[in-house]
Amino acid sequence: MVTKKLNWTHLTISTVTLAVIFTVFQYLIARQLIDVYYQINLFMLGINIILAVSLNLINGFTGQLSLGHAGFMSVGAYTAAVMTTKLGYSFAIGIGAGCLAAALMGLLIGIPTLRLKGDYLAIATLGFGEIVRVVFLNIEYVGGASGLIGIPQLTTWTWLFVSVVVTVVVIQNIVNSSYGRACISVRENEVAAELMGVNTTKYKVLAFTVGALFAGLAGGLYAHYFFIIQPGTFGFFRSFDILVMVVLGGLGSTTGAIVAAAFLTVLSAGLQSFPEVRMVLYSVVLIITMIYRPQGLMGNKELSFRTFQRIRGDKNGPVVNREPV
Amino acid sequence: MYEFFQQMLNGVSLGSIYALIALGYTMVYGIINLINFAHGDIMMVGAYVGFFSIAILGVGVVPAMVFAMLACALLGVVIEKLAYKPLRNSTRIAALITAIGVSLFLEYATIWLLTPQQRSFPIGTFPEKNYYFFDQQLVLTNKDLFVLVAAVALMVLLQYIVKHTRIGKSMRAVSQDMEAAMLMGINVDKTISYTFAIGSALAAAAGVMVGVYYNTIDPLMGIIPGLKAFVAAVIGGIGIIPGAMMGGFVMGILEALVSGYGSSLYRDAVAFAVLILILLFKPTGIFGKDTGEKV
Repeated sequence: MVTKKLNWTHLTISTVTLAVIFTVFQYLIARQLIDVYYQINLFMLGINIILAVSLNLINGFTGQLSLGHAGFMSVGAYTAAVMTTKLGYSFAIGIGAGCLAAALMGLLIGIPTLRLKGDYLAIATLGFGEIVRVVFLNIEYVGGASGLIGIPQLTTWTWLFVSVVVTVVVIQNIVNSSYGRACISVRENEVAAELMGVNTTKYKVLAFTVGALFAGLAGGLYAHYFFIIQPGTFGFFRSFDILVMVVLGGLGSTTGAIVAAAFLTVLSAGLQSFPEVRMVLYSVVLIITMIYRPQGLMGNKELSFRTFQRIRGDKNGPVVNREPV
Repeated sequence: MYEFFQQMLNGVSLGSIYALIALGYTMVYGIINLINFAHGDIMMVGAYVGFFSIAILGVGVVPAMVFAMLACALLGVVIEKLAYKPLRNSTRIAALITAIGVSLFLEYATIWLLTPQQRSFPIGTFPEKNYYFFDQQLVLTNKDLFVLVAAVALMVLLQYIVKHTRIGKSMRAVSQDMEAAMLMGINVDKTISYTFAIGSALAAAAGVMVGVYYNTIDPLMGIIPGLKAFVAAVIGGIGIIPGAMMGGFVMGILEALVSGYGSSLYRDAVAFAVLILILLFKPTGIFGKDTGEKV
């Protein structure tokens, strides 16, 4: 690992770019220059990025196949919505509670199930997601099958944008810290990691909990944008959807997850005008991409300033930012 | 007391359907370590083939089942050749995503071609008859009987194929060690094709049974039974054929008992809760062997 000094140029460029993106969309939305349809897709895109990046921490970096991400999302969504709609707390407290509830759930589910490996873990987390769905389906307090309605629309562009940035920055910092390296070592070879003194269970549970926390955040934002949440929205199909983004982007690439989330959201929205063949085309695209690019669009590479430097032919820039393992 | 036996009876016939689907999952997993998420949808295609055989060709239930099995055996082989074979040497998660893609494709292509509407089997396909026992306390319908007999017959046939034929022998060899089997001159591609064909044919039979049992079919009917059958395969120890049968019956009986005594709304949750509990205490399923890790 190259010792990294804070690169002020890169930091400034990033901040300015983000500020510009934020301002442009804020202006467009405030002036109602983009219609509701595009706005919905824009918000969906943001939420999908949070979900994909957080699942990538579990699946991509730590190598634990989880199929229950929608379950954590629904825990966050329902907790946040109940806090604001039924109990009258502010949006910030609702979102915070949603995140905490999802993280707690991640911890509770993670400790016993992370003893399982590979496909067994996948099916246990899938089962967890289905249990959560059925439980919400049967609680009359949150509306049962018809869902929780009348949630105020509190998710603004500012909230969404800040949440996305915070998610990406926090997860990227975890990945680049000693915690992240421990997680990657678990992915590469659990036995070897354990022999080197890495407390594998601790890092697996950590990744699971942090991933769940951000899924809860996405859930809270989702609930407060779409007015209504139904248990069916968070079925295992939703978990697959998020997993598809992560795998398509490249397991272990945060920028890949972002690119794939954007690609799939836009693809799905673009096919909206052909409702009858939409899912058929979606599945065909999925199969073909997997056959021709099984490592995902980005592999485990990141898109960064260094990539651009390399493209420009800047020989002085560091060659790789992470050694291939 | 009779109530309990009645639920057990329902559970056993439902369980035999799950067992048939679970067998396909477990055979495919045993041989290429892939969770074939499209398996439930192959069952759905089987149900549709059965439906059209009865509604258009006007054949009986048993020939319809045979047609469905043949059609799905072919479908299974084609899916394997087109979608899974190119990924045999890449990561398992890529194959898993492809399986999800195939599953979505089958569901939504069916919706596209045949509309999402529910279809009922024509009246008179299966004239219902009830047999009563113990002063009408216990009722056995001929549907239950048909499902149970057909399922058991197919399972016996499968056992025969796996244990006593050349192809069964090569299937067992490939599932033990693919490379060693290849070195011994076993045609692995052919064996995998046969596995998909047999597994898909069993799913198709189960599809026709679901159609007969519940009388309605729709393009998304494969999702939940597929998922439950997969759970059944995992409970029994995935990759192990008797495990899948037992897991199927356990799931069916459990579901009938929960619907009968508790709330049918919690039916699916209980199935998954049992799965998680079993995995926590026996992480490789009931019949699974703990192979330990080699360093």
